[in-house]
Amino acid sequence: MNTILITIISLCALGILAAIILFFVAKKFHVVEDPRIDMVEGLLPGANCGGCGYAGCRGLADAIVKADTMDGLSCPVGGASTMASIAKALGREAVVGEPKIAVVRCNGSCENRPRTNKYDGACSCAVEHALYVGNTACAYGCLGCGDCVSSCQFGAIYMDVKTEIPVVWDDKCVACGACVKACPRSIIELRNKGPKDHRVFVSCVNKEKGVIARKGCSVACIGCSLCAKECSFDAITVENNLAYIDFTKCRLCRKCVTVCPTKAIIYT
Amino acid sequence: MLGTFTIGGVHPPGNKLSSEEKIQALPLPERVVIPLGQHRGAPATAIVAKGDVVKAGQLIAQADGFVSANVHSSVSGTVASVDGYIDASGFSCPAVTINVEGDIWLDGIDRSKKNECNIIQTKENILKLITDAGIVGMGGATFPTHVKLSPPAGSKVEVLIINGVECEPYLTSDHRVMLERAEDVLVGVQILMKVLGVNRAIIGVESNKKDAIERLQELTGRMLGIEVISMSVKYPQGSEKQLIKAAINRSVPSRALPIAVGVVVQNVSTALAVYEAVMKHKPLIERVVTVTGKSLKKPGNYLCRIGTPTSALIDAAGGLPEDTVKIIGGGPMMGRAMLDVNAPITKGSSGILLINTKEGTRKPSTTCIRCAKCVSACPMGLEPYLLMVYSEKGMFEGTERERIMDCMECGSCSFTCPANRPLLDYIRLGKARTGAIIKDRK
Repeated sequence: MNTILITIISLCALGILAAIILFFVAKKFHVVEDPRIDMVEGLLPGANCGGCGYAGCRGLADAIVKADTMDGLSCPVGGASTMASIAKALGREAVVGEPKIAVVRCNGSCENRPRTNKYDGACSCAVEHALYVGNTACAYGCLGCGDCVSSCQFGAIYMDVKTEIPVVWDDKCVACGACVKACPRSIIELRNKGPKDHRVFVSCVNKEKGVIARKGCSVACIGCSLCAKECSFDAITVENNLAYIDFTKCRLCRKCVTVCPTKAIIYT
Repeated sequence: MLGTFTIGGVHPPGNKLSSEEKIQALPLPERVVIPLGQHRGAPATAIVAKGDVVKAGQLIAQADGFVSANVHSSVSGTVASVDGYIDASGFSCPAVTINVEGDIWLDGIDRSKKNECNIIQTKENILKLITDAGIVGMGGATFPTHVKLSPPAGSKVEVLIINGVECEPYLTSDHRVMLERAEDVLVGVQILMKVLGVNRAIIGVESNKKDAIERLQELTGRMLGIEVISMSVKYPQGSEKQLIKAAINRSVPSRALPIAVGVVVQNVSTALAVYEAVMKHKPLIERVVTVTGKSLKKPGNYLCRIGTPTSALIDAAGGLPEDTVKIIGGGPMMGRAMLDVNAPITKGSSGILLINTKEGTRKPSTTCIRCAKCVSACPMGLEPYLLMVYSEKGMFEGTERERIMDCMECGSCSFTCPANRPLLDYIRLGKARTGAIIKDRK
């Protein structure tokens, strides 16, 4: 009985002593944190997707509070409304950016781009990309294993079973950029959503010479420059046998869409 | 008790179908495609243009830097193009295409079969001849030989180990070279010893090649310093670090080269190429390739010119069997499936393996059951199941901590996994990414 009592008392004493020490240590080494960080974090969506470029929502909140203006800081998930409310809470001016969306720049469906071999390795685009050219004759196009689909936290991409090319849901995509990072072939790009959700873009990333590109895929960009000549707004550049449409300059006139001989330019 | 390495290793079925087949010279093809990047390091720079007439053995591309190798024309004829070609994995690479016309060799190349054994050249001269001949490691890694033979200042080479292990199933090209060209190989070994300034060389051969061991032992009986060791059969004994452990019981530290323990390892076919370059002035323009497969009519070993299309070899071995699902360049463990039967033979092609439907279908992978068979199989003492998970999840601090860079991609883990998990696929990916991260940091 006596032993039990001594044990309990000594343990309690030890506990109290530790608590006292911890109390003073906590006082002494107290880290002063801006209370606004907590407030901003509360306003953010809390998806922790990392789409803003920071490690989760708290990282962005910290950066917003520390920065002087809202330039370059934006939450792709919450969008303009969230940023406006944060700006209001901090008493700053909101910077409104164009809403963006992920765009898949490959149209190499089974029909357009015949499968030349069968890949039976691990189902991962990254692995397949590191191994070889893929199951078609195009060394740049979509591999179809769906790394982008599994990287998306918002269920905004699905793999079309028929074409074996991923499709982005316009209304679900928050342009966090996770798929852009996941794609080993850099096919996915974040582009401005455009007026009334319409966009014109080159749906190909093949930098091979026209003949080789065309051999592998009937809708490949062959770098013929017809679109660049046709464009009245200087929005199209051709580099390394590949056309690129600058979405900040494009006015959606769609002249390039009609002129493209391989139908590589798409209007959605 | 025969020696072998201590950690891990697996015993895949040998399937050495062509070990009794003599080396046959393959008839010249109509056209050869000679890639300029057949070695580790920078691709060579072409010095011929379209329309040039070349002779067999003529230099057509100059090494670009120290870690690079010269490339020679393997045939005589006219250069059809100096352009990109689609390689075995589908990517575009620079290459010289030559239309074959006759078989005229460059003056000064001795094509007789006579064994020359009087090494009169100086050390510097030999090294220059090897560099000029564009010799690379012919076991498959294709590291330029002259680089390996120029150890960094301050390091001392004590032993030369000659790799005659050929632990890959199916392949028999090194076996046949050791058997049929034993005298030449041994002169090559002596040349290598002279360059490195060592007086001890060990030829490691696995015990499943008894005839080759006997032949080499009979010849080395009167040679001072060259020893032939028979080793018990285990994969991957042909890897440098495992071979060193098996032969002289020294362990190469993590991420270090064999030179760290005073060893240089060369393949037997490389020794033969060195002999031909130094004694016969013949650059590396042909090699022995095993063409094999269970459904193939006549598996065999063929001496063919570099740049010969793979299809020519398959035709010589009885044509493509109907049930072929994969054509592998190299052995079944470390080789890579080829996309195109017209892809050329390069300096590093040791074999062409045709896999039939029965062998070639990958079983569906299931969940890891934590049996740790991969851990016991890994010859580098790594934990493949863990490395795979880290690579899959993109946790590259983890892969680095778990020494992923020590992985030599032997495939023992994938081979042994009862759940058929694609361990090596992911480890390879993780290794590439981790390597890039480490490089960036420097």
